Amino acid sequence: MTVLHDSNAFKANAATALHDASLQEALAIAREHSIPTRARAIERLPEFERLRNSGRDLKNHVIAHLDQYLLQFEQSVVARGGHVHWCPDAGSARARVLEICRSVDARTVTKGKSMIGEEIGINAFLEANGIEPIETDLGEYIIQLRRETPSHIIGPALHVTQAQVEETFRKSHDGLDPARNLDDPAALMAEARAHLREGFLKADVGITGANFLIADEGASVIVTNEGNGDLTQTLPRIHIVLASIEKVVPDMHDAMTLLRLLPRSGTGQELAVYVTFSAGPRRAADLDGPGEYHVILLDNGRSAYLGTEFEEMLRCIRCGACLDHCPVYHSVGGHAYGWVYSGPIGSLLNPALNGIENAKPLPHASTLCGRCESVCPMRIPIPKMLRHWREREFAGAIAPMPERRLIRLWAFFARRPWLYRLAARLAARGLHLLARGQGRLKSAPFAAGWTRHRDLPAPQGRTFQEQWRARS
Amino acid sequence: MLAGIRAGMARQADRRRGAPPPAKPIPVIPARATAPGIDVVDLFHRQVLEAKATLEVVASRSDVPAAVARYLTARNAPAQIRLAPDRRIADLPWANAPLLETATGRSHGMDATSVTPAVAAVAETGTLVLQSSAETPTTLHFLPDHHVVVIGRDQIVGTYEQALARIVRDADGGLPRTINFVTGPSRSGDIGKVLLMGAHGPKHLHVILVDEAL
Repeated sequence: MTVLHDSNAFKANAATALHDASLQEALAIAREHSIPTRARAIERLPEFERLRNSGRDLKNHVIAHLDQYLLQFEQSVVARGGHVHWCPDAGSARARVLEICRSVDARTVTKGKSMIGEEIGINAFLEANGIEPIETDLGEYIIQLRRETPSHIIGPALHVTQAQVEETFRKSHDGLDPARNLDDPAALMAEARAHLREGFLKADVGITGANFLIADEGASVIVTNEGNGDLTQTLPRIHIVLASIEKVVPDMHDAMTLLRLLPRSGTGQELAVYVTFSAGPRRAADLDGPGEYHVILLDNGRSAYLGTEFEEMLRCIRCGACLDHCPVYHSVGGHAYGWVYSGPIGSLLNPALNGIENAKPLPHASTLCGRCESVCPMRIPIPKMLRHWREREFAGAIAPMPERRLIRLWAFFARRPWLYRLAARLAARGLHLLARGQGRLKSAPFAAGWTRHRDLPAPQGRTFQEQWRARS
Repeated sequence: MLAGIRAGMARQADRRRGAPPPAKPIPVIPARATAPGIDVVDLFHRQVLEAKATLEVVASRSDVPAAVARYLTARNAPAQIRLAPDRRIADLPWANAPLLETATGRSHGMDATSVTPAVAAVAETGTLVLQSSAETPTTLHFLPDHHVVVIGRDQIVGTYEQALARIVRDADGGLPRTINFVTGPSRSGDIGKVLLMGAHGPKHLHVILVDEAL
């Protein structure tokens, strides 16, 4: 039931990742694929930038009226015969899910893809309590068999190569004929489809996530490509929705705004194959559908960021575009970030939800190049917020000692402009002399970390301020 | 928990210093399916094909059974179909295709092919809008390998918003249990980023467009 928290090991994780040949192979494929796919989708929709503004404004509106929309959502769900469970933390959410499963003596639970499920570690918890959870999203299923956490928000098995999928299935699927050819992706998918069909038909409870909650209709929305989420929520007796509080939107029209942004940003599709709205349990005359509908409404630390400099991260719709465009993510993949969220948004969420002391390196796992912000459909200023985390880290004495000393030293000079200018002049001239007209340094005092891998460009002898003054 | 959220709202109010909270924006509707002169039927057709579904146009309701039979023969699929109990489907002249074996009702996972109606079809992205009801069980939309959807020309609209206006509300005014937006057959890119059709839902999605009202 332990939820992995080794975000503090980012540097070591990253070093391992850089030398992991199969991971690098998988990352290279993903890199080639995702950037042009998104770009093509956006090019086809001239209104995309205006839609981004609209999406940002919508979420800002919701965040400023969050209590009101959550209460309205609860009322609407209850009016349709469903149940809403307010869960302040992961533990209470897990306990509620177990309680609901036990109410029907559930033995098997199917699961659609849910990042909240990952966040609260629901699978391990159910297993420990004698209930078998079956992940049904192909990527989630693969990592469940491999006992791994997702390495990407929308492509959880992005780090797994095709050969590794075959190896995993051969190891885990009893009765799989060793002579059977599973040499291509289609054969692997057919194997998973056949295997998981049995699970769908025997499950007692189906658990899905939610991309949006619709306040005035009391409906939850899932966005998928495989159809597994729909089988998960249609066939069993009970449908449980795992959702965090910031997923609520006022009405169906608002969901349409986000729907025009989400798949284009995430997979480069005009629309995902299946967008499903679910409101309450099956109606009296319906021939199928679950008899009970429950929504787990999870806070887990989010509300503490309302009205703070981190509030804007609550706009995130989990499309994964910031991961797909991040040079750091491209190099090290998702597991290096040490928890279920990775990439730029993971570097914001992991400190927020687990505490900055448990995710110290993450705000630094960025070049602040700004690509994440430039593609974010919700226009979340990720680099600015990473800097906020760096500030908090410094203020809270969490940053490593040498770094704190260095920053304090810099601050000493920065507060004394005449001394700063003098020191800068001396440093520029000194480095210029050291470089002996080469323009670069192969080694420099206190800079071995830099010069071990590349030369340090040397100043040309005069500081920027001196040159500027000479010009004007 | 609500107290924690409300404390957050209070912090927000402090930060705003008397300014009003952000208003709800006016939605942006793409011109693609709403601009004057757009032929939504033509746009829907193109978008459906792009989503990797197939589409056949037939002149009238009575042509549908033969079109379904042709579709199944061409794909070597069994000649048994599960029909939605909805009148628009169940009352089609199935006797026109005597080799087809028909049954109605929900699916339990043993049906190779289902035939269902739709609430609307959206030209913007080639999306079919389906809903659950006593006559249109959701299992027919996901369990079979082949999903055949029969729509009338007048069901094609430009945007999602126009389709939502056609949803048949419950007796008490709310949404039905389930609304499905379906854009092409089931697929996954989870193995090596190779896009493959038929992950868990239908491997094939076929639209029969009747050139008259259903």
